Amino acid sequence: MNTHTYLDYGATTPIDERVLSVMLPHLQATFGNPSSLHYWGQQAERVLDQSRRSMAAHLGAEPEELIFTSSGSESDNLALRGGAVARRNAKGSNRILISPIEHPAVSNTARQLQEQSGFEVDLLPVDKTGQIQLEKLEPLLKADVALVSVMAANNEIGTLNPIQEIGVLCQAHQIPFHTDAVQYAAHFAMDVTKLPVDMISLGAHKFYGPKGIGALYVRRGTPILPVQTGGSQEFGKRAATENVPLIAGMAKAFQLVQEEATQRREHLSALRDDIIQQVLAAVPDSKLTGAQGNARLPNHASFVFSGLDGNLLIQVLDSEGYACSSGSACKTGNPKPSSVLTHLGYSPDWALGSLRITLGKDTTREEVDQFLRILPGCVARVREVAA
Amino acid sequence: MSSQTEERIVVGMSGGVDSSVAAALLKRDGWQVIGVMLRLWSDPGTENRCCAPDALIEAREIAGQLQIPFYVVDAKESFYKEVVEPFIHSYAAGETPNPCLSCNRLIRWKFLRSRASALGADKIATGHYARTQTLPDGTIQLLKNPDPEKDQSYFLHLLTQDDLRSTVFPLAELTKTEVRQLAKEYSLAVAEREDSQDLCFMGQGDYRKFLRERCPESIQPGPILSQDGELLGEHTGLADYTIGQRKGLGIAGPEPYYVLQKDLRQNTLVIGAKGSSNRREFFTHEVNWISGNAPQEPFPAEIKIRYKSQASPGLVAPLKDQGARILLDHPLPDITPGQAGVFYQGQICLGGGTISLEAP
Repeated sequence: MNTHTYLDYGATTPIDERVLSVMLPHLQATFGNPSSLHYWGQQAERVLDQSRRSMAAHLGAEPEELIFTSSGSESDNLALRGGAVARRNAKGSNRILISPIEHPAVSNTARQLQEQSGFEVDLLPVDKTGQIQLEKLEPLLKADVALVSVMAANNEIGTLNPIQEIGVLCQAHQIPFHTDAVQYAAHFAMDVTKLPVDMISLGAHKFYGPKGIGALYVRRGTPILPVQTGGSQEFGKRAATENVPLIAGMAKAFQLVQEEATQRREHLSALRDDIIQQVLAAVPDSKLTGAQGNARLPNHASFVFSGLDGNLLIQVLDSEGYACSSGSACKTGNPKPSSVLTHLGYSPDWALGSLRITLGKDTTREEVDQFLRILPGCVARVREVAA
Repeated sequence: MSSQTEERIVVGMSGGVDSSVAAALLKRDGWQVIGVMLRLWSDPGTENRCCAPDALIEAREIAGQLQIPFYVVDAKESFYKEVVEPFIHSYAAGETPNPCLSCNRLIRWKFLRSRASALGADKIATGHYARTQTLPDGTIQLLKNPDPEKDQSYFLHLLTQDDLRSTVFPLAELTKTEVRQLAKEYSLAVAEREDSQDLCFMGQGDYRKFLRERCPESIQPGPILSQDGELLGEHTGLADYTIGQRKGLGIAGPEPYYVLQKDLRQNTLVIGAKGSSNRREFFTHEVNWISGNAPQEPFPAEIKIRYKSQASPGLVAPLKDQGARILLDHPLPDITPGQAGVFYQGQICLGGGTISLEAP
């Protein structure tokens, strides 16, 4: 337990030094409120504008299309609540289509819109890896659909979705399409001049930026109402004094992803493939969850092991010095199987024994090799408890 | 407990002062300590007192202070099956059960030991006030804490040699005052919670309400009789009464009445004057002998019939099928079926079983 190896970058990442150094001056020197008219306000607004322009440029977007929020979850809330209600006001459509493997920030928001705001919510068909089945999607894109929301990459099982193709279909039917790209954006550049997506949720702390800051890209012309009302910040779409240091940090971290994504992916996917291959070979009664190879996140390996308490496995691995996750973090709650795994057809005996390993840009091969050496023994010990 | 070299140990933590100091002492002695808190079932809408959110926050804070890993283990389902259900059944059978006893054996030790073995630890520890000593032949004895007010060996009489071999009691001979002093010395941020008499899984509730909801057929009104069979009134349901109870009978007499007997078959409650149900003889069933070997012959011992009662001298005669017959030197009131009768010889806790008034 003397060394700690962090293999849970899907949960969060440390702030990159280069990001931190951009942020620090704005915590004190440039502390002003961007809405103020004086010198300090102007300085702060300048940083805000620069950050917004930088991020927008990397996305291929206009600065006015980028709304800063407090988190990826808030971005999802704004997209669904603000997007669905605005669309219903404009067109009378009241159906929301989401995938069955959405993050709770989307699925629970959709559920509340269903229970309290009179929307209908339908789950889209997916294959066994959680991927949207395109051929089954098109017939569902009817005039009463207010919004389609499909995550770009799943946090639990790493599967990527064909957002380009989904976007094309939605565009053809003139239905707004939102994607939660919180995991995806840590690994892939996006260009909205080519990607037909209307709203994209981002969260900085998944790509070596600070926690507490996110963004929602909203394509010009997409109907949206503010969810958090108040002042006219963020083009009247999200009230609150802008968090300049975090916004500057997010913009820098986003820039680094664009510059380094290709090289990070190469490094990560090689390690990921070794983990998948070796775990399946070394651990009896193990299965990969989610898609194979490059149809999944480059840093993401997820498994289920039958007859095993996944939470206990995480504790045992932690006591051996390796920080992993069971996929959806719930450290004190009921040992209920994940709804994603259950939806994909895993029985509780398998679904309760889930393990997610998510690598970071600085993860080394030595760390992965050492982890792979101890994992089979840990699984065996945890299985003995269940026996 | 001499200094160890990084041997792993799992300590059961509750957020209270006892288990916090236990963890601190283990850390001081060089153990590689892992804190574990069990999450137990509670009546829906309430929090189990043994793992309430504030207890969880306190335990995590202590673990952080001591820089030890801390994990929460879900034991709700087992706790319901092995503690709560038998508790209901025991009341339905006219007994007055003590669920802390079955919790220790069936939940605490079982979960802590199995988790410990998965976590690569050979040993577990708890913050109980009790000691052990190992005899030359390897047998481990369970001994009282010298402070009769705090001694908790009564709750540990169900442990086996295997349990004791893998258990460390860091508080051993410490008094509560010393433990509080140690908490201060280590600057442990433990809140002083009042010891509660409520059962952990019922929140603030009353067990009578709990039983009415879960086992209504066990609570039927019936007659209250004198020892001579004279009808004195009506009871609200036998489970509402405990042997020795005085308050709440609602019947006036020449001298205060006490509950003497609960006759489940006739659904009658027998009451009478204090002392009129005192008895010398009773039985215990499902006896655990801590040494692992049931004695062959009757032997003199001191017997505790409740956690907070004094040990009384008497004779314990082992019976077949894990039974025992107890003959006290002097009659005692309040010998209550469902509670544990625990046998001592001086400081040594020999074991014990569940009290019954009838031979097993």
